[in-house]
Amino acid sequence: MTSITPPTADAAPPIDDAQRERAWQRVQAARQLQRPRTLELIALIFDDFMELHGDRRFADDPAIVGGPALLEGRPVMVIGHQKGSDTETNIARNFGSPHPEGFRKAERLMRLADKLGLPLVTFLDTAGAAPGTAAEERGQAESIASSIRLMTALQVPIAVVIVGEGGSGGALAIGVGDAVLALENSVYSVISPEGCAAILWRSAEAAPTAAAAMRMTAPDQLELGIVDAIIDEPGEGAHVDRAGTARAIKGALLDVLGRLSQLDTETLLANRYARLRAIGRYREAEVPERRHGAPPSLRRRIGRLLHLPGVPRRRRWSEIWPSGTEENEGD
Amino acid sequence: MPIKFPFSRRRAAPADAWTKCPSCDHQVFNRQLDRNLRICPSCGHHFRMSIGERIDLLLDDGSFEERDAGLESVDPLGFTDQKPYVHRLEASQVKTGLREAAVWGLGRIDGRRVAIGIFDFRFMGGSMGSVVGEKIARCFEAALEERIPALVISASGGARMQEGTLSLLQLAKTTAPLPHLDEAGIPFISILTDPTTGGVLASFASLGDVVLAEPRALIGFAGARVASGTVGEELPEGFQTSEFLLEHGFVDLVVPRTELRATVSRLLQLLPAAPVASDGGEERAWGPIGVLSGFAQRLGGAVSETIGIDASTTPTDGNGTAPASRPRRPAGERIADSGPSERPADSGPSEPGA
Repeated sequence: MTSITPPTADAAPPIDDAQRERAWQRVQAARQLQRPRTLELIALIFDDFMELHGDRRFADDPAIVGGPALLEGRPVMVIGHQKGSDTETNIARNFGSPHPEGFRKAERLMRLADKLGLPLVTFLDTAGAAPGTAAEERGQAESIASSIRLMTALQVPIAVVIVGEGGSGGALAIGVGDAVLALENSVYSVISPEGCAAILWRSAEAAPTAAAAMRMTAPDQLELGIVDAIIDEPGEGAHVDRAGTARAIKGALLDVLGRLSQLDTETLLANRYARLRAIGRYREAEVPERRHGAPPSLRRRIGRLLHLPGVPRRRRWSEIWPSGTEENEGD
Repeated sequence: MPIKFPFSRRRAAPADAWTKCPSCDHQVFNRQLDRNLRICPSCGHHFRMSIGERIDLLLDDGSFEERDAGLESVDPLGFTDQKPYVHRLEASQVKTGLREAAVWGLGRIDGRRVAIGIFDFRFMGGSMGSVVGEKIARCFEAALEERIPALVISASGGARMQEGTLSLLQLAKTTAPLPHLDEAGIPFISILTDPTTGGVLASFASLGDVVLAEPRALIGFAGARVASGTVGEELPEGFQTSEFLLEHGFVDLVVPRTELRATVSRLLQLLPAAPVASDGGEERAWGPIGVLSGFAQRLGGAVSETIGIDASTTPTDGNGTAPASRPRRPAGERIADSGPSERPADSGPSEPGA
């Protein structure tokens, strides 16, 4: 049997009411219907913007918007999730949850940026990628994976701004960057708090607890090193002062893109790779290397062949790591 | 149910000697199941396999060397749901004898060296947190450094919720080495087994140069339960299976377990790592396209620096070929991607999911 050191850390204390409330307030602020959406922000931040449509393969996904724009007179490519601001527009935009064609449109625009050397700016605001038959048969997982791969190697600076909800793979698909900024009241998570609650607490009621446990608020994300900087929202928040919010985002973008465009492509890509590689927390225990060392002696080989007593058979890996007897489904 | 022999003094068969096949309800004797590569002898259902069984199935006897066996999870968020994360980890370690949900190492298949990563679904649903992501990334980097094919056998529910966005970002961390493999001409074979869903499928697992799947495995982005719950639509028969993905163009081959080793071995022969000329020009069985090779040379060196490998000091592999992650192809070609097959379907309004 393998010798295993049990985790030395003590179990964390459960979430208290205050934490729950703070986290849930942020989630609700990030989901506010009055919060400025990507297209509004683009109109306020950039001098000019022309929306381009379609992935050239299947359709145009209204849940993702994008196109070239001018930032203080300099051309950039902008891509973002687009939510609606009421029921009707939300249905038209599928609540900002893209299908594969959305991510493929984003990829197409990223390639255009790469071709022309335009810095890329993305705005994250989605609860997650769309599930369902249509999404699955067009390869939702592959479209997200492919977009992530493209972003890791794109030869232009990428600035990511989380403006509302950064929901799971659907957000990360356009969220790999050289600098990741977050609006003060935005959230970023591996799964929606409702989904997390349903799986781990087996009750959707536990969503606020899940939100607190996942530490999904912008300050938490800054602490974890997922987000590089927080953009303060003016006054009561982005939903009250849109122009002020746009100004703050614009200032941050100018600063970040100004610094990133100083770097040559090699350094830019090396830094991006190093940034991604460094994400994650673990420890490395010293363990004896488990390997089949020198070839066995002749005596041993003959002994094994003839099942002589005193000659241990070489253990197979399936004896070291066997299947359990129960078909346990895990988590 | 244990079988009792009333007239015998022998111990009755232990309660766990039999397993009921979830597909055909047949009672299968465990030892028979193990001998039969954990395939139900009556209906061909593929039971899940442990990492050890995968190694014995695929790799040459005695060729596997585990790497980074000491990588261990911590509890970065202080996460407690109904059970604390550290207790869940401990329970999984006791249950499986593994430190984490994935293992990686170097081995041989019919004499050909490969870097291989393998998941065990029994360890917290094969979920990918910091450690699993790190192991897969190191597996790819070793493949790049040694210029040997990479192979990953996935069985995972997705990103590990207990590590929050640190898990989410493992999607990017495990995917980031792949463009470097593309440039260096190193093949990556992805093998999807039951079940492969969520973040693992939405990252490296979908991006194999060749994607193989075991028969009737559950493979999909948002688990069928989530999809049917949030969308409220009728899900078609065989939704999110290997065969469904094959039909829609996201899997190359559905391979029964009995043929998996032979298939992988053939692929390794058919798709070897691109040879690297020692210096001054490419010497390949099929030469590179002339226009592009100049481009590739201009980009040379960028990759090795990017991943922190000093090409001049990296040891050579057993065959004496230069290591080097030297890009063969220009960036422009790297990011040009072939499109998946698309077919029209009604995309009704749907709710966001995982």
